[in-house]
Amino acid sequence: MREKIIIGLAAFSGALLAWNMNTIFTALPDELNQGAIYRIIYFHVPANILGMLGFGLGMLLSIGYLVTKDLRYDALAASVTEVSLVFASIGLATGSIWARIIWGVWWAWDYRLTSWLVCWLIFGGYLMLRRAIDEPNQRARFAAVISVLGSVNAYISYMSIKWWTTQHPQPVLTIRDGGGMAPGMEAPIYWNLLALACFSAILVMVRTRQEAIANEIDTLRRMAHAQ
Amino acid sequence: MFLRQVWTIAAKDLHSELRTKEAWNASIAFTIVILLLFSFAFDPSSEQIREFSGGLLWMTYAFAGALVLNRSFARELQNDCLDALIASPVSSAALFTGKAFANFALLFAVEAVSLPVFVLFYNVPLGPAQFGPMLLVMVLGTWALTVIGTLFSALTVNLRLRELMLPTLVYPMMIPALISAMTITTNVLASNPAGFGLRFLVGFDIIFTMLALVFVDTVLVG
Amino acid sequence: MNALEIDGVWKYYGDFPALRDVGLGIAPGSALALLGRNGAGKTTLLRIIAGLSRPSRGTIRTQGSIGALGHGIGVYDELTAVENLTLFGRLHGLPDPRKRAEEMLVRVGLGRVRDGLAREFSRGMRQRLAVGRAFLHDPEVLLLDEPFTALDDRAIAVLQSMIQEMRDKGRTIVMSTHQLREALELASHVALLQRGQIVHAGERTQQMLDDTGWLYRTYGDN
Repeated sequence: MREKIIIGLAAFSGALLAWNMNTIFTALPDELNQGAIYRIIYFHVPANILGMLGFGLGMLLSIGYLVTKDLRYDALAASVTEVSLVFASIGLATGSIWARIIWGVWWAWDYRLTSWLVCWLIFGGYLMLRRAIDEPNQRARFAAVISVLGSVNAYISYMSIKWWTTQHPQPVLTIRDGGGMAPGMEAPIYWNLLALACFSAILVMVRTRQEAIANEIDTLRRMAHAQ
Repeated sequence: MFLRQVWTIAAKDLHSELRTKEAWNASIAFTIVILLLFSFAFDPSSEQIREFSGGLLWMTYAFAGALVLNRSFARELQNDCLDALIASPVSSAALFTGKAFANFALLFAVEAVSLPVFVLFYNVPLGPAQFGPMLLVMVLGTWALTVIGTLFSALTVNLRLRELMLPTLVYPMMIPALISAMTITTNVLASNPAGFGLRFLVGFDIIFTMLALVFVDTVLVG
Repeated sequence: MNALEIDGVWKYYGDFPALRDVGLGIAPGSALALLGRNGAGKTTLLRIIAGLSRPSRGTIRTQGSIGALGHGIGVYDELTAVENLTLFGRLHGLPDPRKRAEEMLVRVGLGRVRDGLAREFSRGMRQRLAVGRAFLHDPEVLLLDEPFTALDDRAIAVLQSMIQEMRDKGRTIVMSTHQLREALELASHVALLQRGQIVHAGERTQQMLDDTGWLYRTYGDN
């Protein structure tokens, strides 16, 4: 059943992505000021949205573990956070490429970029911490604390373009009272978001299964070492 | 009772530190050396120094702070004193708060001692009008560093790779507070208004203090 | 009303149960010898009762204050003997911590070195200081985790006399040990822990005293 879901999601997201790419590269014209490179927004924005939502979801799941002490919440939290870190990396990288072309620099220390990089560092630390702890319950506890604290920074990053004047562009999506894009240019962002969301669901499912198996092995090891 | 316990813990930490002076010596030496070294690297008479003065000062404080904060819970490991403290009627919150106050005092003392060095070698215009705002940003910024550092000191105290994990986890968490403190300091030294950073720093302090108090028991006892 | 009520306690490390459905009711004034091989879960259980660790499931209820003596010494090297005990006296909220500390130091035979740093004490002296710390606040319930291991003769004598004092005062004692002989002499009750489960709990019988291996043989070695 699980395999069927994974294959189904993979097929759906693959098809959606392919169709969307077609729209992006053939149907849409180049943007007035930016030229061809503006298309990177179709990966940059969905990746960062998924990353940010993912960190938030990871926080909720972590709180779920702290309240219930059920390790399945922890396995989900870890998977969601790890996948979100991947998307945050994609977001940072695509942003950097765009910046090189548009601003002429690979990086700028404005509040949006800095706070997002901080998130990336914190959740990278989250993964490092998980590696450093053997006992699953302690690992889950400490990871949960980091997840909650790190999510504060995710929120800071989200609000950064409102709170400070940043080099990073102001919101353009209509869902965030943005300046708006030309008709037809906004929709592919959401389609890509959907496709990548499905894809991330697959990654989370695979990763969660990995965590469960690792926990099982740990338990068997302890049983073997006990008298 | 809570306040009395907080005071007892804070006094114990400071008392111990005064006896051994390990963290204090390391911190002071480190801060002054770094400030001096950077003063060689940059021409202190230039106008540009004003722009990154705030940044340099707080970077130095953050690194020196790590030396103090790492010892905070690590000093309890010897002889299993941490177990004795947790088993006693002291709540985790009181233990945390006491240690945080002690760390704050230590860190603030290091900063206060190194500030004149900074003013001297970097020709920083620190007049009486700026004492108040400077004091305020030092208090707020140092508290942010302290709260985060103390919480993570508790978290990493029993970990295998404590020496590595503590800086890895702590510095990214501190960055928003550090940046705010840096910009406020630079503004203060240039006699500009503090700006949004001040409100941000206050909010940051409040939120992280609350989170630390909520989580410290989970971290220490589980 | 039992001095110590342990109800349905489980402790998991991952999915591995270190303690399985442990239940014990310990009446006031009794002395329980907690027996079991290495890894059976004695230390885990004592740590949970002392509040150093949370059970995964189940509850622990204690009547009155707890004193704990574990594997670690739990005193600060850089403080003097009297400073150490005064500190713990304050944390326990004793009315005159300093006076109580001085009395206790005399009681454990450290009266003459009260102003000596714990760091400079011999091993036996540090152990006696640890005993002083555990008994300082005159606890209702005493938890002792293999207390006679690695004590020198003088420390053993001090500990035995203080345990006897506690018994005479009607306090409750839970002691885990390998030294079957000494434990069984002091104990009024016995509980055997095997792979995290209580396989026997009851009064200490004459048979147990006469044949110290009987308990282990009866409950098998699986």
